[in-house]
Amino acid sequence: MTSEGGAAPILSVRDLKTHFFQDEGTVRAVDGASFDVPRRKTLGIVGESGCGKSVTARSILRIVERPGRIVGGSILLRRDAGNGQAGGVDLAGLDPAGYEMRQIRGGDIGLIFQEPMTSFSPVHTVGNQIIETIQLHQNVSVEAARLKATEMLHLVGIPKPERRLDEYAFQLSGGLRQRAMIAMALSCGPRILIADEPTTALDVTTQAQILDLLRHLQDREGMTIILITHNLGVVAEMCDEVVVMYLGRVVEQGPVDAIFHAPKHPYTKALLRSIPSIQATVRTELPTIAGSIPHPYNRPSGCPFHPRCPDFMPGTCDRSEPSLRPVDDNQGVSCFLYHPA
Amino acid sequence: MESSVRLLDVKGLRKFFPIRKGFLKREVGQVRAVDDVSFHVEKGETLSLVGESGCGKTTTARCILRAITPTSGQTLFRGQDGSVVDVASLPKSQLRPLRRQMQMIFQDPFSSLNPRRTLFDIVAEPLVANEVGTRQERVERVAELLRLVGLRPEYMRRYPHAFSGGQRQRIGIARALALNPSLIVADEPVSALDVSVQAQILNLMLRLQAQLDLTYLFVAHDLSVVKHVSDRVAVMYVGKIVEMTETQRLFTAPRHPYTEALLSAVPKPDPRLRAHRIVLEGEVADAANPPSGCYFHPRCRYAVDACRQETPRLEEIEPGHFVSCHRARELTLRGVGQ
Ligand SMILES: Nc1ncnc2c1ncn2[C@@H]1O[C@H](COP(=O)(O)OP(=O)(O)OP(=O)(O)O)[C@@H](O)[C@H]1O
Ligand SMILES: Nc1ncnc2c1ncn2[C@@H]1O[C@H](COP(=O)(O)OP(=O)(O)OP(=O)(O)O)[C@@H](O)[C@H]1O
Ligand code: SF4
Ligand code: SF4
Ligand SMILES: [Mg+2]
Ligand SMILES: [Mg+2]
Repeated sequence: MTSEGGAAPILSVRDLKTHFFQDEGTVRAVDGASFDVPRRKTLGIVGESGCGKSVTARSILRIVERPGRIVGGSILLRRDAGNGQAGGVDLAGLDPAGYEMRQIRGGDIGLIFQEPMTSFSPVHTVGNQIIETIQLHQNVSVEAARLKATEMLHLVGIPKPERRLDEYAFQLSGGLRQRAMIAMALSCGPRILIADEPTTALDVTTQAQILDLLRHLQDREGMTIILITHNLGVVAEMCDEVVVMYLGRVVEQGPVDAIFHAPKHPYTKALLRSIPSIQATVRTELPTIAGSIPHPYNRPSGCPFHPRCPDFMPGTCDRSEPSLRPVDDNQGVSCFLYHPA
Repeated sequence: MESSVRLLDVKGLRKFFPIRKGFLKREVGQVRAVDDVSFHVEKGETLSLVGESGCGKTTTARCILRAITPTSGQTLFRGQDGSVVDVASLPKSQLRPLRRQMQMIFQDPFSSLNPRRTLFDIVAEPLVANEVGTRQERVERVAELLRLVGLRPEYMRRYPHAFSGGQRQRIGIARALALNPSLIVADEPVSALDVSVQAQILNLMLRLQAQLDLTYLFVAHDLSVVKHVSDRVAVMYVGKIVEMTETQRLFTAPRHPYTEALLSAVPKPDPRLRAHRIVLEGEVADAANPPSGCYFHPRCRYAVDACRQETPRLEEIEPGHFVSCHRARELTLRGVGQ
């Protein structure tokens, strides 16, 4: 369903299930998500708050916190075995605290969060934290790591990087902090960068700077980016491929142009109609999605979107769950309108 | 709209915060959070204040409501009895009757509602504080308000934790409407909400405005949201209004370079419109230590020598279109298409 030229996706997530076991009930945060991440492209993951975007990212990196854990599915990371042969590893099967996963986390896959304050320690300088990350993954001296850290800060457009190395995260502005976090995430040359709402807390002008930076770095380093956001404008500007999630499942995946101009799933269509656009006519009401997102403890039976779906087919949509299936070579959708039950 | 009546007339509003340092807390400087801001809001319209974080939007709103006392300037407010008073200089003891007529909706529906009080307590609070109605009348009024904002009156006995973000924002709106205010100041009312919920709340605000003849001062940093609700927009940069005009005109034919850059930076939800964006370099100027001349000059792609020396004044370059830029009349700037 993805990428041209038949190149294998760099990451394939299949039927991933990550649940949180609490006294009050089980939160099925990710509940059978499947998607492919095309190599050297930007994949966007969109969906409303609570649909499982961040938990998906944390599952890939194996940093899901208790009481959550992966209860099913696979996360296949394809990487060169060094001898020109492609090798693969199922991240879902690794020990989260083991050596291999620690090498992959930060080494193969970098992560940047929405709130950079939480990923920098307040008691260590920005420089020391980047140097430590580099030394964790590469066998280099402190001096070499410091040089590399300076180079990274320079690469992400931080002025006077030597001086900034010795500052603390709280001394930096929001935009600079986000850049420093990108520098840290990229310091070990990851081939995949997961950016979870990297610009949500920023002004549009700073957001534009950071998005530009990510694009530039992708061109330069040939990175694959997984961009998690609820901002469909950011997706339209940045992504090649889009995954739409609803209640822990992927309801649609396709190339960005198809998602915006030929969406198939009723949820994707409704979501697109409901966004305020700068292109819109002044003072007009927006179409809204009927109802609200169900509480995670009581997921609807059948298709998770059926209580809100304008195309709901009684007897079908509330009986069984549709699975994600191709509608053409590039686009997949999980809806009975396209596949009989 | 019938012949225009100014509900609010803000003149030369300033709010400077002292910067204090050291053991003796000596004043070492000032943050010029709001610096000579003038605008008016007509009855029944929505004026939006937009601009980057720290440009003074919230401070302006708080001065108007007299939540803080401005350093100088006037905020003339037309009361429901037709008299005009300067809220900025009114003694605190005389503020109360006016406060009923101006209400605020906050950004964060989670922290702005007391978790230990029922919906009834929360929505009826302004009625109780102002000694309006008997207990039974208050119950009826709260039921009416809840229906008005799209919540079931039966919810009255519940606590806010049982409600989603969108529902909590509706509760906040119901409370703001309790005393029949004429002016609603909404500070980022939808920025903490999800897209689909955002649309519901914006629609609700539009409907209530028509139904109750409300006037909105809307504070937001999201230009797409602003476009959906505003009649006019004022763009702020480092404590000053740099451009103000009708919404349509501001979006399609901006005349200030900062407005142009802001519009260009907004991501458009259409991959076919991936245009060449104007990326503003550098950061917002420091309100404690602003640059000389035009505050925007270090980031302005059109800056000339005069911009570094002379501070531009907000001028009406076309009827109803105010711009503060030396080159406003000669530049051709890019807006967003329909
Ligand atoms: N530590 C946790 N314990 C219990 N439930 C959790 C935990 N973390 C996430 N969840 C639940 O898992 C679901 C998915 O959460 P997730 O953070 O992935 O959503 P999201 O799509 O990233 O939303 P947002 O756009 O708000 O960031 C939610 O219902 C959330 O409440
Ligand atoms: N109580 C205060 N004491 C000192 N400085 C303040 C105070 N309140 C605000 N400021 C400063 O005044 C300036 C304007 O702040 P304000 O909160 O009005 O901005 P804003 O436009 O609402 O920003 P945002 O979009 O982040 O909400 C900022 O530089 C801020 O740091
Ligand atoms: S399966 Fe049925 S309920 Fe679900 S999205 Fe498709 S039509 Fe709607
Ligand atoms: S006055 Fe000069 S620097 Fe300021 S916005 Fe106009 S052209 Fe730019
Ligand atoms: Mg998240
Ligand atoms: Mg504010």
